[in-house]
Amino acid sequence: MSDILLIGPLLGVLLFNLPIQFFRKAMIPFGVAFAMFQAVAVLFFPQALAISVLLPLALDDLTLVMLLSIAIVVFSALLVGRGIIEDEIKRCNFANLVVLALLGMNGVVLCTDLFSIYVFIEIVAVSSFILIALEKGRAGLEGAFKYFVLSAAASIAILTGVALLLVVSGSTRFIDVATVLGTAGNKPFLLLALALFAGGLFIKSGLMPFHGWVPDAYSSAPAAVSVLLAGIVTKTTGVYVLIRIVGDVLGLTPTIREIMMLVGVITLVGGALAALVQNNFKRMLAYSSISQVGYIVLSFGTGTPLGIAGAVFHIFNHSVFKSLLFVNAAAVEKKTGVGAMNEMGGLASKMPLTGFASVVGLLSTAGVPPLSGFWSKLVIILALWQSGHFVYASIAVLFSLVTLAYFLLMQRKVFFGHLRHSFENIGEAVELAVPTVLLTAITIGVGLLMLTPVIKGSFLLPVSGM
Amino acid sequence: MLEIVILILLILAGLWAVMAPNLLKAAIGLAVASAILAIIMFNLNATLAAVFELSVCAGLITVVFISVISLTRQPSDREMSSKKILKRFAFLPLVMLLAALGLAMLMSKPDFNLVMAQSPSEDMRLVLWGQRQMDLLGQVVVLLTAVFGVVVLFKERKRQEKEDME
Repeated sequence: MSDILLIGPLLGVLLFNLPIQFFRKAMIPFGVAFAMFQAVAVLFFPQALAISVLLPLALDDLTLVMLLSIAIVVFSALLVGRGIIEDEIKRCNFANLVVLALLGMNGVVLCTDLFSIYVFIEIVAVSSFILIALEKGRAGLEGAFKYFVLSAAASIAILTGVALLLVVSGSTRFIDVATVLGTAGNKPFLLLALALFAGGLFIKSGLMPFHGWVPDAYSSAPAAVSVLLAGIVTKTTGVYVLIRIVGDVLGLTPTIREIMMLVGVITLVGGALAALVQNNFKRMLAYSSISQVGYIVLSFGTGTPLGIAGAVFHIFNHSVFKSLLFVNAAAVEKKTGVGAMNEMGGLASKMPLTGFASVVGLLSTAGVPPLSGFWSKLVIILALWQSGHFVYASIAVLFSLVTLAYFLLMQRKVFFGHLRHSFENIGEAVELAVPTVLLTAITIGVGLLMLTPVIKGSFLLPVSGM
Repeated sequence: MLEIVILILLILAGLWAVMAPNLLKAAIGLAVASAILAIIMFNLNATLAAVFELSVCAGLITVVFISVISLTRQPSDREMSSKKILKRFAFLPLVMLLAALGLAMLMSKPDFNLVMAQSPSEDMRLVLWGQRQMDLLGQVVVLLTAVFGVVVLFKERKRQEKEDME
């Protein structure tokens, strides 16, 4: 049944682009319904999803977590788009591209072949370029162009890596390549292939020092697109693939672990420090996003079951709370029309729901109990401590505080303080209430459920056995 | 030896495509690079790939590029200052270094065993439909997305121009 997750969106796009007026209007409802279907299938019928008829797909717990995150973020992004994009044709185009990106991401997480993964990454990348450039302002085109150029460089590196691995293993399937690599040892040729592959994925994940495109792409994209990009696109095409390839194909050798942890910690520190000095709301969120990806990679780099579980759990949590924060940014941008934080202030009195959701999102990102982000950060820090990386663990704790600091600065500048006269007449962004409430509820709900054995048993622990 | 000469030619054609002072020359450089790549593929017994490379990349795409270039007007015919042209060569040492590294790797005794992907006698259609269905589906969607993107971006522009006129 997992074939539906790839073929369904394709058929939907083809059907709803037939030149019939009613069909074109139905594109957003179709996307929303499909995302809901995907979430329900993952949560309640994982056994049915494990069967694939037409295509060679594979499903494990990591895939399920990713499919759920994809469904949640796509659902929110589509609803934000519906609320924010006023032009009907533009809205329809937006929905089409988001559904195509959904297809691409589903393909990335379901396939079992290095070359197929590359093809599906390209689908996501192409639809993202167009989505970023949708507004066609100077900033949007610049952001799209930067993403395009760096993404092309990453694609060349990944493709060259795949080609080199194909030469030595005769196949691009994960299992065949892993078998050959297991017996080959540390030969320079293989190291070159791995370095190219990893370098490409580092760019796609926006890890420092390859993060140049992230702030521009996130902040210049239309609000609904930022939700999608920051929430799930870079996590799927970069971080997930990195985890999948390193875990299933390359194996977590000590060298790879050291490299991943080092890159992770640099990203974590650099992203947080850069976020501290930003004035643009979405740029600040973008740097925060970079920093959180650092946590994920750092945790995965420990290589212990607990560390891997922490990384995967943090991917899920991050996709929820970062989407929530970007939805809030979208609401603020729509109502005030400005992006600079020092031109805002006191918005909580006019937009109580957004203000509250922002508090939940930021506390979760900073790892304050009992919200969902607390649990994943706790697992990450425990994993670091248990594997003997005391310095990294201390840095992770310390930069949780820095995270809290830059978010509190944001909250004070945007939502608290004195209301400006020009904002006297604005109201709550009711169009965005559904995604805001949903994402807030998931952030709080997952945090509270962690206190009970429900999620611990069904969600987190199987992943750690990867 | 011949192979290395061809590879160097390929790199030179690629460089020409990037460095060429105008778009038309760049497109021709790209076509030449594609043609040389096709020769390499013939040499490696990948006949089908070579035929596709030659007909689609060297042929069709070049025709499309050149017709687009001749249909659009140039931004201006101003001569580029010599400083600007020199600037393009700033990355040349890096390219040379990479090429040298690649050649050194080719010349040195490889530390791995080459494995053939599959026996050449295997039917192309079987491989495509039997083993690479995922890629086939993926390619179809990439094309669909790209076409969609072109339509979205250009149709919008037309509409905006219309609105501006009104």
